Amino acid sequence: MTQGKKHILIVDDDIDFLTQVKICVEHAGYKVTTADCQKDGEKQIESFKPDLAIFDLMMEKDDSGFILSYKLKKKYPDVPVIIATAVTAETGMIFNLENESEHSWIKADKYLDKNLRPDQLKREISKLLDK
Amino acid sequence: MSKLKILVVDDEPGIRSGITRILRNFVVSFAFMEEDFEFDILESETGEDAVKKLDSQSIDITLLDNKLPGIEGIEVLEYIKKNKIGTAVMMITSYASLDLAVKATKNGAFNFIPKPFTPQELRAAIESITKHLFLKRMTKKMHAEGKQIRFQFLSVLSHELKSPLNAIEGYLRIMQDKQVGVNIDDYEVMISRSMERIKGMRDLIIDLLDLTRIESGEKKQNLKDVNLVEIANLSIDTMEPMAIQKNVKIITDFPEQEIITADVNEIEIIFNNLLSNAIKYNKDDGEVYISLKKGNGEFKIIVRDTGIGMSEEDTLQLFKEFSRIRNEKTKSITGSGLGLSITQKILKLYNGKIEVKSEEDKGTEFTVTIPEK
Repeated sequence: MTQGKKHILIVDDDIDFLTQVKICVEHAGYKVTTADCQKDGEKQIESFKPDLAIFDLMMEKDDSGFILSYKLKKKYPDVPVIIATAVTAETGMIFNLENESEHSWIKADKYLDKNLRPDQLKREISKLLDK
Repeated sequence: MSKLKILVVDDEPGIRSGITRILRNFVVSFAFMEEDFEFDILESETGEDAVKKLDSQSIDITLLDNKLPGIEGIEVLEYIKKNKIGTAVMMITSYASLDLAVKATKNGAFNFIPKPFTPQELRAAIESITKHLFLKRMTKKMHAEGKQIRFQFLSVLSHELKSPLNAIEGYLRIMQDKQVGVNIDDYEVMISRSMERIKGMRDLIIDLLDLTRIESGEKKQNLKDVNLVEIANLSIDTMEPMAIQKNVKIITDFPEQEIITADVNEIEIIFNNLLSNAIKYNKDDGEVYISLKKGNGEFKIIVRDTGIGMSEEDTLQLFKEFSRIRNEKTKSITGSGLGLSITQKILKLYNGKIEVKSEEDKGTEFTVTIPEK
């Protein structure tokens, strides 16, 4: 049975968010592997090919999520990536895409606010996987 | 109640009327806003018409489709940027056009709404853009009043308070839906994590009260002759349970007594912050060394730990409000990010200062200096 399940990689350093997203995504019928930091996430990318990945943006570095996304896409260009972030207009921290080098990092298929409800997340995942 | 003007630019009449219908009776209100927002909707079928409207009246939000019969959406955006027209632009794009998204962001679009969208998605997007506009206006206003720093502080603060709430809410939702089992025991970890987050939030609020008290200057300092050694020992007693948990040994080098004219509470906050950091960022079975000295007309408090230390770059960020060093070694350590900023503010009241020396994986040493008078 597990063989047919799509495999999703989730990387986030907020263990509460990680636990909750894992439960939500497993509930939706996917197999989940988690990592709680960028470094660990990189190891997971080396060890298997996920069907989809969800990365937190700010972990060890402010742009950890972009780095992971870049590394994953370099290896598996076809795997969709969701970047979950708490970076919002409200905190005054907004994506600043002023220079070219920053553009090259923007390699995610979807940005989601961390406040997202479980049903919205499930919908976004199935949208990306059905493409 | 105030009104925001929205211009919908799309060549499909169905989309235009759909958006108008969805937003007609929509009201945005936030707890921290002084007023609610409603929307007036204008429509443009072409980019040319949009430009005309943008030139002739002030429009708060522009919903801009890219594929238009004449000039494209991205060109309208460029026009807005070039002529510095004050409108927040949200691009209506299809998922696939990532290039367009990047280009639009570069040209100052606030964000995107992918097509097709649900009424809920549209409302959420409008809500966020409204909040942004409100904050921008407030910032402008407060900037004029020199309150901008305060405001940024509050924005970050609300973020810090929201994240534990989100975590706890998430766990409660899982429990409500009985997602991992029907026994309360199945949720034990979630319950203790929730407690942990609540504790973190409470600590933050306590720190915040300290900070407000110091900054407001409303509460008068209660200056008395107090014994630094006594306060330090009290603080050690307070922190002991935390030290025992990590088996950290606290070594003191105190004189019999050291009298200073100060507010007991403020001095206690200084010791508590320095000691709790020295324990929290220590290794298991580590040591904390704390010494008190008087000489050359000043008091010197040194707190040294055998902990994880930090880079020189990190030490520069240390005293900023809400700054927390984030790396693999600190990811399981909780804190408000306010402790050292509070400590520094208190010391300023005494014309004192705090300095830091640190070496990664070796430990950190804080030196507090307070002039005798």
